[in-house]
Amino acid sequence: MIDKLDYQATFDCVQCGYCLPVCPTYIAFKNEKHSPRGRINLVKLVAEEKLEIADMEEGIDLCLGCRACETICPTNVRYGDILMSAVEVIKENKDMTLKEKGIRTGAFKLALKNKRVIRMMNKGLYFYQKSGLSKTVSKSGLLKPLPKYNDLNKAMPDVILSERITNNINPFRKKDIQVGFFQGCIMDAFFKRINDLAVKIMEKHDVQVTNIKKQTCCGALQHHAGEHDMTVVQAMKNIEAYEKYDFDYIVNTIGGCGATLREYPKLFEEGSVWHGRAVKFTEKVRDISEIMSMLHLEMTEPVNMNAVYQPSCHLEHVQQVFKDPMNMINNVPGLKYIDMQDKSLCCGSAGVYNIVHFDESMQILDLKMRNVKTARPTLIITSNPGCHIQMQLGLEREGMSDEVLVKHLVEVVAEACNIS
Amino acid sequence: MKEDIRNKLQNVLEDRVFHKTEDCISYGYDGSFGQHIPDFVVQVQSTEEVQSVVRIANEFNMPITPRGASTSLSGGPLPVEKGIIMDFSQWDHYLEIFPEDLLIKASPGVITGDIHKLADEHNLMYAPDPSSSSICTIGGNLAENAGGPRGVKYGVTKDYVLGLEVVTAQGEVIQTGGNTVKNVTGYDLTKLIVGSEGTLGVITEATLRLIPKPLATKTAMILFDDLYTAGKSISTILTSGVRPSKMEILDNNALNRVEDYAKLDLPREASAILLVEVDGDPTILDKELQTIKEALLQIGVDKVDIAENKEDEDKLWQVRKLVSPAIVESGYTKISEDVTLPLSKIPDMFKKIDEIKQKHDLNIVVFGHAGDGNLHPTLNTNMRDQNEVERVEDAVEEIFSYAVQLGGTLSGEHGIGTMKRAFMTKELGESGVQFQKAIKTALDPNNLLNPGKIFPIAGEERLVLRNE
Ligand SMILES: Cc1cc2nc3c(=O)[nH]c(=O)nc-3n(C[C@H](O)[C@H](O)[C@H](O)COP(=O)(O)OP(=O)(O)OC[C@H]3O[C@@H](n4cnc5c(N)ncnc54)[C@H](O)[C@@H]3O)c2cc1C
Ligand code: SF4
Ligand code: SF4
Repeated sequence: MIDKLDYQATFDCVQCGYCLPVCPTYIAFKNEKHSPRGRINLVKLVAEEKLEIADMEEGIDLCLGCRACETICPTNVRYGDILMSAVEVIKENKDMTLKEKGIRTGAFKLALKNKRVIRMMNKGLYFYQKSGLSKTVSKSGLLKPLPKYNDLNKAMPDVILSERITNNINPFRKKDIQVGFFQGCIMDAFFKRINDLAVKIMEKHDVQVTNIKKQTCCGALQHHAGEHDMTVVQAMKNIEAYEKYDFDYIVNTIGGCGATLREYPKLFEEGSVWHGRAVKFTEKVRDISEIMSMLHLEMTEPVNMNAVYQPSCHLEHVQQVFKDPMNMINNVPGLKYIDMQDKSLCCGSAGVYNIVHFDESMQILDLKMRNVKTARPTLIITSNPGCHIQMQLGLEREGMSDEVLVKHLVEVVAEACNIS
Repeated sequence: MKEDIRNKLQNVLEDRVFHKTEDCISYGYDGSFGQHIPDFVVQVQSTEEVQSVVRIANEFNMPITPRGASTSLSGGPLPVEKGIIMDFSQWDHYLEIFPEDLLIKASPGVITGDIHKLADEHNLMYAPDPSSSSICTIGGNLAENAGGPRGVKYGVTKDYVLGLEVVTAQGEVIQTGGNTVKNVTGYDLTKLIVGSEGTLGVITEATLRLIPKPLATKTAMILFDDLYTAGKSISTILTSGVRPSKMEILDNNALNRVEDYAKLDLPREASAILLVEVDGDPTILDKELQTIKEALLQIGVDKVDIAENKEDEDKLWQVRKLVSPAIVESGYTKISEDVTLPLSKIPDMFKKIDEIKQKHDLNIVVFGHAGDGNLHPTLNTNMRDQNEVERVEDAVEEIFSYAVQLGGTLSGEHGIGTMKRAFMTKELGESGVQFQKAIKTALDPNNLLNPGKIFPIAGEERLVLRNE
């Protein structure tokens, strides 16, 4: 067990507890087992075979993986690595005991096998976007616990898959910055509009954007499900696809995918050829907000709204992008920014957490909505599709969806740039 | 029987009772060493609930260990004899300020940082400032009599407590002290409870004293070529007529580790650096630092850097803040000691620690609150290397013994808990320990409140870090 779990990393934890006040699950569930310090300790004890694997299961399953604990930790504990090692061990243990149930690891597996969960989420996204959610929620039982999801699945229309962005390399148009665009799977299907807008913003400001046909999903879902081998394959495909070009940056609009791309080197053994290739790839990965901050955007149209910003956890705590989105927000004409309390606290969406752990996710969402209500915005700005749908859901649950809009940062900037 | 206890606890607290191993195990550690598993964890939220739990514990003769945020560095909240962990971390809803009386009242689970914030909003200050204040509870601070960097000017937790509500080992409620600074009605039980590490009673409410918030601060960094002069300068500064609000020292090892870690352009060759902060009316701060500078010049210290603006000041304090992260090495465990000495003895201690470091071939850095003689020699230890752990145990023991020999004490602020109980007799003598024990026995004859803490266990003569 010591070899399989990241036992070494657990020793970096000095049990100071600094991470407790930033951990959404600790705040919501009020049990030290659901805190980073508690989880690390559980993993350590399982590694030392003082506890059974089953004893750490609930603690690990209910972790959002938001990694706020890493940013605050004074001793730089690699919590993400500890978590992933535990997820893998739990998954393996389950495979062996064939006791797969609807809990996190199982659900992920399901999602990967028959794409049902992904499709379900996708449909959700589509619907939220189209109808502003209001009707869906009441009909589909989204407000009720997990089993109701089957109904949701049935209630939803088929989704028209988006087309890929055209390959727009044009040898006659030399531009300042060359970027390869990474569209991401979920984003591609349902946030095509946001991707389109992002490309348009970049192109309008003299960035050469290229879409790569051979790109595949970043691998985040597989990774979080403990499917290490599958993630590695996906990473290799993407690295291979992008290293053929001489891009300055590889750009994406999804906090979560970007985080996975930035952690590709962790998938390979240090010193190996693939590790080197991954490092080179990762050095170029940027969030759209970082690129937009580099450009002199012509934001001429006022966006007269009162906005709060709900950052993507992985954009902040993994990609360490804090300032650039704020820069953008502060520069949008007409936009009044309101600093929401605990804005960096995870909203509880966390991949498919809100599907497999519906009740818990809603508890965390309630914490978030309390702060939204105090801030009284007319707009919530997001940077990740998962957060986007969760915030919509939150507004709906609070009956605020008529007064408050949810928009991706790219949409807001596009509006200000008069791009549609 | 366990079933009976559980039912009774659940009658009082409903779902705020944990009994499964996988839940209880997370309440079996703190910021020091050791892993234990309590039988139950109860998340109390009122004085009545505390009373009920204490009565149930009495009925079944089951020990109770109070617990705040479990940031203790001495083993205070460890349930070493199992039983019930009484968790206060969720009882944080009562916090009320009385600005005209310069008072704050708080329930035991309130986080110290929230007290600072509320006081600050009213232009007041709650002075005790343990570095853990963003997470530790006021109950834990009271039970450990926590200190902090501001101790040199403002004192420690005990200097800011006016009154307490306490549940006794029998489940009765008593009030100690009151709402006034002056109060000599009977024994000073407030001070007895403060620092008693949860062994004499359970704190259920505190009345704390506030002071006016200083208007501004200013900081200087002083470099030293040798440790002896560094030590001497502490007394020189404190007798110069100025009263600094903070005085933090870092030895050469600590300094270099921070430099390795954060690349701040620190003078690597300095034997030590001292950070000195003065606070108060902004118009006199420059003058005060000037006085310090002149006094130091008398003893040949001339490297004094004064931060010109807030930004530079923050940068200087960043150095001190980074010590902890910088000295943690991947895979190693940090063992922080807490010896406190008469000021004139600080240079001797530095010298001794250097010897011990060589002798046992260990990785030791020293930093601490120089102004009140409180040093934190910190040992980075590979806890999986049996031999190294033994050498660390020896080293810590030598540091303790030398501190006592110099007229100092084992612990300035972290408490005795389990970590230092073996050395109590060394410092207090047999009759000293017996006198304290008599108090414990009188108030808690069945030894139900936090057993296994403070007092040496028969036969235990040294520090044991191993935990098998
Ligand atoms: C990074 C770090 C920095 C630190 N810096 C400092 C510092 O600068 N100065 C300092 O003095 N300490 C410091 N400490 C030590 C620690 O934070 C303090 O001892 C603090 O007071 C403990 O508070 P807690 O809420 O975590 O209590 P816990 O650790 O949970 O408990 C401490 C003791 O208090 C008892 N207790 C808790 N609540 C009650 C109650 N309501 N009634 C009766 N007994 C109770 C417990 O039984 C235990 O014996 C630091 C610790 C860490 C990890
Ligand atoms: S902040 Fe870091 S070191 Fe402290 S308890 Fe959390 S993970 Fe451990
Ligand atoms: S990743 Fe998020 S939910 Fe998980 S332990 Fe860290 S802070 Fe808590």
